[in-house]
Order: sequence, then C-alpha cells, then structure tokens
Amino acid sequence: MARAAVRGLALTLVSLPGSVLCFVLTLVSVALIPIGVGIVTTPYVLRGVRTFANWRRVLAAEWGGVRIPPSYRPLPADANPWARTFGMLRDPATWRDLRWLPVDMTAGFVTALLPFALVVYPLEGLALAIGLWRVMPDGYWYGFVPVHGQASALGAGVLALGLLLVAHLFAVRLLHGHFLLTRAVLGARRGELSERVRVLTETRRDAVDTSAAELRRIERDLHDGAQARLVAMGMDLGTVEALIEKDPAQARELLTRTRQSSAEALTELRELVRGIHPPVLAERGLGDAVRALALRLPVTTEVSVELPGRAEAPVESAAYFAVSEVLTNAVKHSGADRIWVDLHHAGDHLRVSVTDNGRGGAVTGAGSGLAGVERRLGTFDGVLAVSSPAGGPTMVTMEIPCALS
Amino acid sequence: MRVVLAEDLFLLRDGLVRLLEAHDFEIAAAVESGPELARALAEREPDVAVVDVRLPPTHTDEGLQCALEARRRRPGLPVLVLSQHVEQLYARELLADGSGGVGYLLKDRVFDAEQFVDAVRRVAAGGTAMDPQVIQQLLARRSGGDRPLARLTPRELEVLELMAQGRTNAAIAGRLVVTERAIAKHTANIFAKLGLEVSDDDNRRVLAVLAYLDRGR
Repeated sequence: MARAAVRGLALTLVSLPGSVLCFVLTLVSVALIPIGVGIVTTPYVLRGVRTFANWRRVLAAEWGGVRIPPSYRPLPADANPWARTFGMLRDPATWRDLRWLPVDMTAGFVTALLPFALVVYPLEGLALAIGLWRVMPDGYWYGFVPVHGQASALGAGVLALGLLLVAHLFAVRLLHGHFLLTRAVLGARRGELSERVRVLTETRRDAVDTSAAELRRIERDLHDGAQARLVAMGMDLGTVEALIEKDPAQARELLTRTRQSSAEALTELRELVRGIHPPVLAERGLGDAVRALALRLPVTTEVSVELPGRAEAPVESAAYFAVSEVLTNAVKHSGADRIWVDLHHAGDHLRVSVTDNGRGGAVTGAGSGLAGVERRLGTFDGVLAVSSPAGGPTMVTMEIPCALS
Repeated sequence: MRVVLAEDLFLLRDGLVRLLEAHDFEIAAAVESGPELARALAEREPDVAVVDVRLPPTHTDEGLQCALEARRRRPGLPVLVLSQHVEQLYARELLADGSGGVGYLLKDRVFDAEQFVDAVRRVAAGGTAMDPQVIQQLLARRSGGDRPLARLTPRELEVLELMAQGRTNAAIAGRLVVTERAIAKHTANIFAKLGLEVSDDDNRRVLAVLAYLDRGR
C-alpha cells in the first residue's frame, strides 16, 4: 500500500509536467514545419516523446506488471531530416503517443494521484485525532467532518481509519488501473492484432488441410481410376497385337473393349476435373458456372447475377464450391421446390445469397456441410450467415471481400 | 461437302482431318485459334463447321462464341460444337435461334467414327445432334415433378431420348431393332401425351421436343 502511494506520487510528479512539456513541444515543432524549423526539430522532439513514453512503458511493466510493447516503425539510419520527420509523422505509433499525452496529463494524473492521496490524507486525520486539532482553526473540515473539539477530532480519526482501509483495499488496484489506462491508449491495439493473427493461423491451417485432403483424393481417384484403366488398355492392346494374325475375331472383340475402357476413363477424368475446377467456371466465370450448376439441379432454381467483371480465380473457385455445397444441402435437406440464387458485387464484396422455400432448421454447427463452407470461405476472410427458422424459409448469405477485374 | 475445322490440339485436329477426309468431306480450313476460325468462317463459306469450345488465345469459350457470332451473321450456318464437357447452358445458347443445323457433342463421340460422321452430315443438312448426356441431364431434371413425362412408357421415354438427340425415325428404329412404323406410332403417342403439335418435318420435331424439355417448370 505504502509502495503504491510512493509510486503514485512519483508518477504524479512526472506525468503532469512531462506530458505537458512533450505535448507543447510537439505542437510547436509541428506548427513550425511550414517555415522549415520544424523539419529539423520535429524528429528530436518526437524522439523525446518516445523516450518519455518508453520510460512509462518500463514503469508499467516493473510496477504494475502491465506490458506495453512499443511498435514504432524503424527509420533508416541515413535518412535526411525531411524523410525522418515525415516518416515519423506517418507512423501510427506516433499519433498514438500524441493521443496519449493529453490523456496522461488528465486521467493519468488523477489515477496516479489517488493512491497517494488515499494513503496520505488519513495520516492527517489521525494526526488531528491525536491532537493536531488544537492548532487548527475552529471548524476545520476534515473530509465531511467539521472539527470543533476532541470528540469531532476523534470522528475525523474514524473517517481516516475508514479511508485507510479503502486505501489498503484499493491503492494497488488504482495504480494498476493507471497502467491499464496507459496501455489502453498507448499500446498498439494488440487485442485486435492478436485476434487477427489467431484467425489467420486458423484459416491457413484449414486451407492447408483442405488442399492436402483434396490432393490425396485426386491422387487416389487417378490411381484407382484413369491410371488403372490405361494399364488395362495397354495390356489389352498388347494382346491384340499378338492375336491379330492368329485370331482376328478375338482381336476385334478386345479392341471394342479397349475403346470402351478409354471412354470410361474419359468419363472418370471429366468428373474429376469438374471436382477440381469446373470447366464452365474457367470458360465463363462465376455467374454462368452457377447458372450451369442450377440447370443440373432437380429443383427449379432461379439465378440472378450482377457481376460487372470477374473475381480472381481462387475467389471464384471458393465461391463456386460454396454455392454448390449450399445448393446441395438445400436440395437434400430442405424439401424445397424452389431455390433462388443471387450473386452481386457491392462495396468491394462479393455477395451471394441462396434462398429456398423449404422447411428451414438449417444449422452451421460442427459436422454440417455449412461449417465446411464457412471454413473454406474463411481463407478469403469471407463470412457466412444462415437464417433458417423452423418452417422456413432458409436463407444462406455469403460475403467475400474481393475486387473484380 | 466443305468443312471448316477448329481444334487447338494438333493430334486431335490431325485425326479429325483424316477421319473426315476418309468419309469424303473436303477440309476447307483446319485452324487452331479463335481469330483464325472467325476469318475462316467468314471467307471460306463452309457447308458445316466443326468447332472446339475452348480455343486459344483465351482458352475460354472462344470457339462457341465464334460459332454463335457466325450464326448471327449467317443464320442457320450448320455448326457442330465439340467439347470435353457438355453443359445444358451452352446447348440452350446454341439452340436459342431455333433455326436448327446445330450439333453439340462430347469429344469422346469421335471414337465411334460412323456415328460421328453421321452427326456431322445431319447437322450439315440442317438437323440436330445433341449429346446423349445433354438429353439425360434434361430428362433427369424434369423427371421430378413433370406429369406429362411421367405418363410415358419406358419404351416411349427411350424413343424420346433418341429423338431429342436428333436422330431420325429410321435411325431410332435401327437402334431399338424395331420397325419404323412402330417408332412412328411411339412418336405420335409421345407428342399427344406431351401436348405437342405433330410435325412431319423431322427437324422441327426434334426442336419441339428439345424446347419442351428445356422449358422451365
């Protein structure tokens, strides 16, 4: 408690003059930039601000256990004053520092002063109770207690004890609050950044997992399908070569079989290609690919497309497979007899909505096809929303940030 | 019969040239890119064009666009479009002008030389050659809630499918090993059940069936 009070006092003594000085110097220096002087002085002043802020960062870590990592952009060592000044002014961390200074000289000052005051003020109350009241003028107010004699001085003492108790309970926390306030204003928005890092890590892992699984599936399909058929065809052709003189009839039969095999291999390859990257998507882009997809569905599907250009291939592909999955879900589970798909681009986002008139009740929970769609869209910072009240209708909306070309 | 051929893969182009020449077609031009195809179609005035959907330089649907454009300029110009995949969407675009002389086949169909050459001849004569896969997609899509289709017998469905591919009564009879008279009876039944107007013209009949199948429910 006492340590918190001392530290509070130290912070109070430093934060107010330090912040005011830094703030005023910065304002003056920046204001002098138009006449040239500021170009020279600003880097020094800003470096001073950074030193001050860094020192407070150290205090926050040592006294409060609150870590505020600095995030200044590095400046080239040989930069001229002009580049140095504007390089520093362009750094968002600089502006964070400047925002912090006024906060520090007001709210920061108060939160540092409170722990100190809470410890020192009761000492005066106790002193009054012991006898200091005698030298004080009559009717001296201690807090809300007017001191007239020993009795009221004892009352002041009781109040002081109460305050001391409050100090005991809260002084350390108040000081901690001061450091948290500092971090809130001075720290880079770490929460946001670390959340972003978490999301990126997760979606990257998902993307890698999905593509690895895809490759495994393709490998297996080729290995068991087309590859095996080609081997069989090669063998058959060898046999035909051997038989063609001796037994032309059987050779012809084998040739027919070989031709059939090659047709089947082609069919398999075609399906495989459709699963990797549908040809219509490559030939016509997302709009027509979804139209072609809708034509293959057993449920009447209306597609409206308003895309003034084409998105990047990976985005197109992700959007296509997402729509495909959502449509498959709708056909399989919704019991709908009509589906509407709407594709349009607005505000740098590709927006897709799939609505059906089925029974509703679709969920995005684990294991559902929609969760997979959500994961795949995540790779592109895309999002998916489902509105599916029991009784329907179901509306799945997807949004992927992208530019059209 | 003069053919303009567009296919970017050398092996396939070479094979098609040889196949068609062996069946007494005259190759007016065999080209490998979209712009070349556009020029050949404009200058050589072929009796039929055999065109791959995907061609350089963009490797998208260049061939199809060229064919559609050429048909806009010369309505009814017979065009047989080949592709590694068939889409109802493309079939619809090819059939949209309703003037016939359109073919849309998977590349695999060239394996059966007789059938393929027959398809080219049919298209050149103003007929239709739709890939069985396109027709199956159409039928599968409509089989759900389509009452008139549900009233067809399995045999009639078979006939309908072959008819929609663009085959003549004689060809269908040969395929199903029945007499042409029997097929004529089946087609009459089919048209009655689907509520379509009967026509003696084979070609118009095919287009009517395709339009019926492609109609939205």
